[in-house]
Amino acid sequence: MVLPDSEGHFKDYGGRFLAETLMPAVLELEKAYFKARSDPEFLNTLSFYLREYVGRPTPLYYADQLTRKLGGAKIYLKREDLNHTGAHKINNALAQVLLARRMGKKRIIAETGAGQHGVATATAAALLGLKCEIFMGEEDMRRQELNVFRMRLLGAEVVPVSTGSRTLKDATSEAIRDWVTNVNDTYYVIGSVVGPHPYPVMVRDFQTVIGRETREQIIEKEGRLPDCIVACVGGGSNAMGIFYPFLDDDVRLIGVEAAGRGLDTGEHAASLTKGIPGVLHGSYSYLLQDEFGQVSPVHSISAGLDYPGVGPEHSYLKDSKRAEYVSVTDREALDAFQLLARTEGIIPALESAHALAYIKREAGNMSKEEIIIVNLSGRGDKDVQTVAGVLGSGAHI
Amino acid sequence: MIPAEHLDRVAGVFKENSKRREKTLIIYFCAGDPDLETTKKLVLTAAAEGADVVELGVPFSDPIADGPAIQAASTRALKAGTNLPKILEMVSEVRARTEVPIILMSYYNPLLRFGFDSFAVQASSCGVDGLIVPDLPLEESEELRSTIHKKNISMIPLVAPTTPQKRLGSILASARGFIYCVSLTGVTGARKNIAPGIPQYLTRVKKQSSYPVALGFGISTNEQAREAASWCDGVIVGSAVVNLVASYSGSQDLLREVSRFIGGLKKAVNEACSA
Repeated sequence: MVLPDSEGHFKDYGGRFLAETLMPAVLELEKAYFKARSDPEFLNTLSFYLREYVGRPTPLYYADQLTRKLGGAKIYLKREDLNHTGAHKINNALAQVLLARRMGKKRIIAETGAGQHGVATATAAALLGLKCEIFMGEEDMRRQELNVFRMRLLGAEVVPVSTGSRTLKDATSEAIRDWVTNVNDTYYVIGSVVGPHPYPVMVRDFQTVIGRETREQIIEKEGRLPDCIVACVGGGSNAMGIFYPFLDDDVRLIGVEAAGRGLDTGEHAASLTKGIPGVLHGSYSYLLQDEFGQVSPVHSISAGLDYPGVGPEHSYLKDSKRAEYVSVTDREALDAFQLLARTEGIIPALESAHALAYIKREAGNMSKEEIIIVNLSGRGDKDVQTVAGVLGSGAHI
Repeated sequence: MIPAEHLDRVAGVFKENSKRREKTLIIYFCAGDPDLETTKKLVLTAAAEGADVVELGVPFSDPIADGPAIQAASTRALKAGTNLPKILEMVSEVRARTEVPIILMSYYNPLLRFGFDSFAVQASSCGVDGLIVPDLPLEESEELRSTIHKKNISMIPLVAPTTPQKRLGSILASARGFIYCVSLTGVTGARKNIAPGIPQYLTRVKKQSSYPVALGFGISTNEQAREAASWCDGVIVGSAVVNLVASYSGSQDLLREVSRFIGGLKKAVNEACSA
């Protein structure tokens, strides 16, 4: 069975839940995307930019020091942090902005949490000569000051969002409100596998380049598939991108959510672990909500994971038990952040540090013959200030 | 012609008004802003002063179809502890004292969490006549629509200026109550001017619908209401009322000011009839 179905359902999840005003726009987008997906010209242009501009393929790096330190399974890192702009987000943003140009749209909008998707979208818009506005929560603008400056350098306008928790959720709502207002000339670049159909399938497809490369690279290096693939999950685009080409294989797929200050404190962002299915921002999926269907406030030290929802395909993979979803706390992520810096000389994004924290916990229990791949979805330069704030800049780390 | 078995309290009011050569005025309140006791008084006042239908917004944490006025009202209502069960209880108290048709405007998730079956049963017994769900397009609406229609609650569809002709036909085919035409591409909120091209758009809708047609979004003054009413069967005023409630919240003058505003609007929409 091919998922999603024609209405964008991954079994029970997904679909399209949005204002009638936007329905014609998403139907138009669906048509344009499916046409582009099988158009050699579009695909050639995209692969040209991915190769010559983004710097793909990214390496699959054997982390020898980390492997020794943890004393168990062999650990490989898929180096999405080495992409232009420093994260996997560019794979999707560039592809969608190319699609927007092809559709004749003049103005690009996007939401951003950590700022990585905002930077990637601003970059693609600069490259392709389109006007760009990025919606960002004021709290995230404070946490990710450097990325705000980067977006402005790239010629984008950063629109502060002061409603609600002033984070990713509210930035997304505000972007949708702008889209409904300017739907005739505006293309909305969603940054993860969330939102109404066709976004979850489209963003997944644009991110599967990660998994396809990983598959070839691990076979070349090890002559076989890995035992386990680990990725962090906020909305879940880097995870879907690396999981998808392995869905039919005997490979454990593990998504790591943000447990924030702890799952029992209520201050976390573990939608799949603790949520109940519901509708937010256009699709039906696991959602952190209260007994009356109001969306709960969430917390994660990582701005990119600080979101109460998750992509609908992950909900499907959870229910069908094809993927496992676990969580790690802020503290564990911070420890893993430092561990990778010390052992491998790589400063990971706090989001990716969640995936690393899981293997820090588990790799030692696995045998030396086993192979784990971690999707190192982004680099941590943007987080250095946050981490310094938590640890104390001169402190013993 | 509307089939007799579908002529509910909402469509009935439009029919009565049209016999009297009057237009239908629909007034929106955000339920629970500033508290449900006040909302109850506001609904009764509105009904007495000329609101033909009252639309009650169920506050939601993430109201993506709403502009700043209703967003802020929703936040205040949620802070005051408003939720769907309490709103239904309030509606049943109102229903004991007035026959004014009451429709709820709720985002999808609070309904989903409540459960469609229990919602239909309880809302019907409390005296709710209709439901508008701004984030539920035709494609996903079948289950909720058939569930509430069984309990004689009308699912009132929204159509937008962007809705193409063919799609419009499918939406209108599933309608009950009235057709809610969104006047503009955008979110709720007062605007300086009504968007251009509305008469043609409304004619297009009226041609295909046996149900009454009402225009909403961005209508906030008597002049705008009069103009809008001249093109269709009814007018919905929301954010302007919400702003008025907010500015007189807690004041003794609240009900008097709301009465005066609604009285003025009702007079304006009826003038459109005789014009």
